[in-house]
Amino acid sequence: MRRFTLIAIPYLWLFALFVVPFLIVVRISFSYYELSIPPYGPQLDLSTGWDGVKAFFAELNWDNYAFLTGDDLYWKAYLSSLKIALIATFLTLLVGFPIAYAMAKAAEEWRPMLMMLIILPFWTSFLIRVYAWIGILGTEGYLNQLMLGIGLIDAPLTILNTNVAVYIGIVYTYLPFMVLPIYAALEKMDDSLLEAAEDLGCTRTQAFWLVTAPLAKSGIIAGCFLVFIPSLGEFVIPSLLGGSDTLMIGKVLWEEFFSNRDWPVASTVAVILLLILIIPIILFQRNEQKQRETDG
Amino acid sequence: MAQSPQDVFAPWDDATEKPLIRFRNVTKNFGDFTAIDDLTLDIYAKEFFALLGPSGCGKTTLMRMLAGFEKPTTGTIELDGKDIANVPPNQRAVNMMFQSYALFPHLSVYENIAFGLKRSDMDKADIPARVDEMLRLTRLQKFAKRKPHQISGGQRQRVALARSLAKAPKLLLLDEPLGALDKKLRHETQFELMDIQEKTGTTFVIVTHDQEEAMTVASRVAVMDAGVIVQVATPDRIYETPNSVYVADFIGEVNLIEGHAAVDNGVATISWAEGQPPITAKTDLTADTQCTYAVRPEKITITQHEPQDRPNKIKGAVLDIAYLGNISTYHVELPDGKVIKAQTANDRRIARRSFTWEDTVWLSWTDTAGVVLTA
Ligand SMILES: Nc1ncnc2c1ncn2[C@@H]1O[C@H](COP(=O)(O)OP(=O)(O)OP(=O)(O)O)[C@@H](O)[C@H]1O
Ligand SMILES: [Mg+2]
Repeated sequence: MRRFTLIAIPYLWLFALFVVPFLIVVRISFSYYELSIPPYGPQLDLSTGWDGVKAFFAELNWDNYAFLTGDDLYWKAYLSSLKIALIATFLTLLVGFPIAYAMAKAAEEWRPMLMMLIILPFWTSFLIRVYAWIGILGTEGYLNQLMLGIGLIDAPLTILNTNVAVYIGIVYTYLPFMVLPIYAALEKMDDSLLEAAEDLGCTRTQAFWLVTAPLAKSGIIAGCFLVFIPSLGEFVIPSLLGGSDTLMIGKVLWEEFFSNRDWPVASTVAVILLLILIIPIILFQRNEQKQRETDG
Repeated sequence: MAQSPQDVFAPWDDATEKPLIRFRNVTKNFGDFTAIDDLTLDIYAKEFFALLGPSGCGKTTLMRMLAGFEKPTTGTIELDGKDIANVPPNQRAVNMMFQSYALFPHLSVYENIAFGLKRSDMDKADIPARVDEMLRLTRLQKFAKRKPHQISGGQRQRVALARSLAKAPKLLLLDEPLGALDKKLRHETQFELMDIQEKTGTTFVIVTHDQEEAMTVASRVAVMDAGVIVQVATPDRIYETPNSVYVADFIGEVNLIEGHAAVDNGVATISWAEGQPPITAKTDLTADTQCTYAVRPEKITITQHEPQDRPNKIKGAVLDIAYLGNISTYHVELPDGKVIKAQTANDRRIARRSFTWEDTVWLSWTDTAGVVLTA
C-alpha cells in the first residue's frame, strides 16, 4: 500500500499538471470559433443529461486540423522553427562544450564558483535579460559602438531584428542547459583514462576524440535536447529580438491566441507542436535511460 | 628466478653491462612535499624488478616518471642511454598498467585490449589474433564483449593487465597488477608473467605489496621508504642479508634484539640483557658498536632439552602457538618478558607435537643464522 502511494504521487502530479491541461487544449482544438466567453464552442450542457453530452461530442470536429494543413503559413512556421532551433542548438553546443570542458578541468576548489557563475543569470528575470540584449545589439547599441570604437567596422551592423539576434538570444538563454549536463559527464571522467590513452599511443587530440568525446556523449545529447525542445516553441526571443521575417511557431501561436483570439486554431497549433516534440522527448528519455544503465 | 648455474642472470654485477633505465639523482617534489628524494637506480634489460614499500613511499610516482606522466623536479632519467625528459608518453616504448586500472568505460573488454594495438603500426588483420591471445592468457575469453562495469574487480584487473601486455613493449610497468586476484589465480598469473618475460625479453618493473610475490617473480627487489630506496638486491640477499633494521623488518618475520656488539676478528659478541649469555654472530663489522641483531624465526630451533654444541641458546616458556598449517610459529617468552619467535615445520600431526603452552623450552641457533645491523 505504501509502495502504491509512493508510485501514485508522481503520476497524480503528472496527471494534474500535464494530462489535464493537455486534454483541455486538445478539446479546444476540436472546437470552433465563437464570439462568446470563452471564445469557442460547443459548450458542454449537462442540464440536458446524456443527450447534451452526445450533442457536445457530435459538434467537435477536425476542421482546425484541416485548416492548418491547408494553409502553408503554418507548415512554413513549423519548418522554420525546426531550422532555427536546430541551428541554435548546434551553436549552443559549440559555445557550451568548451565552457563545460574548462569547468571540468578547473581546480576542484574553483568548480562550485564557476557553476554559480553559469547559474547566476537565472536569478534575474528572463524578460529583462532579453530586453538587455536589445540594448546591446541595436544599431546604436553597445556592441556596434564598441566595434565602431575600435575600428572593426565603418558603419553600424544591423543585428537586432534579424535571425542572428534570435540565435544570440537562444544561445545566451539556454547555455546553462547545455553546459551543466556536459559538465556533469566530463566531471566524473577519471583523468587517468586520458593518461592510459596516451600511454597506449594516442596523441592528445586522438585521446580527446577516442575517450573524452564518447564519454561526454550522453551529456552532449542531453544538453542538445534540453536546448532544442524549448527553443522550438520559443516565443519571447523571436518576438523581441527577431525581425518581421523571423517565422517561428511560438510567435504564430501567440498571434492566433491574443491578436486573432482564435483559441481553437491556437490550440491546434499547440497540439501539433507537442506531437512534433514527442519524438525528441522520447529520444531524450532513451538516452537518459541508457546512461543510467551504464552508470549503474 | 630459476636459472641454471652456468648462466646466472646478474647484469648488475657486470660492469660492462649498460642499464636499460638509469635514474640519476632524481628528485620529485609536489609543492613542498618530496615524493622521491635524490634517487639513483639502474635497471637492466630483461630484469623483473620489484618495488616494495609502504603506502605513500613513492612507488607509483616512480612509475609515472618512467611512463612520462610526471617530470623529475631535478635529476635525469635515461632509457637506453637517452634522457627521456622530453619524450611524450605516447612515444615511449613503455606501457603502464594503472593502479586504478583506468579501463575505458565506453569500450568492451575486447576493444580495451585492442586500443593500443590499433594505435600501433601493427597490421589491422593481425589485431584480432593478438587480442584473442591476451584474452586467453588472462582467461577473459568469455567476457570479451562485456563492458568494464559488467565484470568483477579481479576481472577488471586482468583486463588492465592484458591491455598493457598487448603491445609487448620494451618496458612494462605494472602497478600492483595482481592485488585483486585470489591466491591461486595470482600464482598462476605470476608464472604467466615470468613466462612472458622469458619469451619476449620484456623488462618488467612491478609494484607489489605482497612480498612473497616479489620474492617469487623478481630478479631484484628494491625496498623503498619515504621516497628513498633503502636496499636493492636479489630476493635472497634482501631476505638473508638485509642492510638495515627497516628492510629486515619489512620483509618477512624477524626477531630484533638490541644490544652492544664487541667485535673481534669477524665475530661479534653481543650483550643484550642482564643475566643472559651474549649472542655470538659472524659479522663484517670491525669496531665495537651499538647494534640490532636480526634473526629469522625459521633459523631458530626449539627443543625440550638444552642443546649441545650450539653457540647461541636461551631458555624460555611457550607463550603462544600460531598454527599455520605447514608450519607453526612458537612465541617464547624469556624471563625478562621479551618474546622470541621460532618456527618449525609441522612434519607430524598435531596430536603428536612435542610442545604445548607454558612448556619450558630451549631456543638455539648458529652464529651465521642472524645478521648484526647498525642502521
Ligand atoms: N599529484 C600529487 N600531488 C601531491 N602529492 C602527490 C601527488 N601524487 C602523489 N603524491 C604524494 O606522493 C607520495 C607518494 O605517492 P605514490 O602514489 O607514489 O605512493 P605509492 O608508493 O604508490 O603508495 P601506494 O602503495 O599507496 O599506492 C604520497 O605521499 C602522495 O600523497
Ligand atoms: Mg601506488
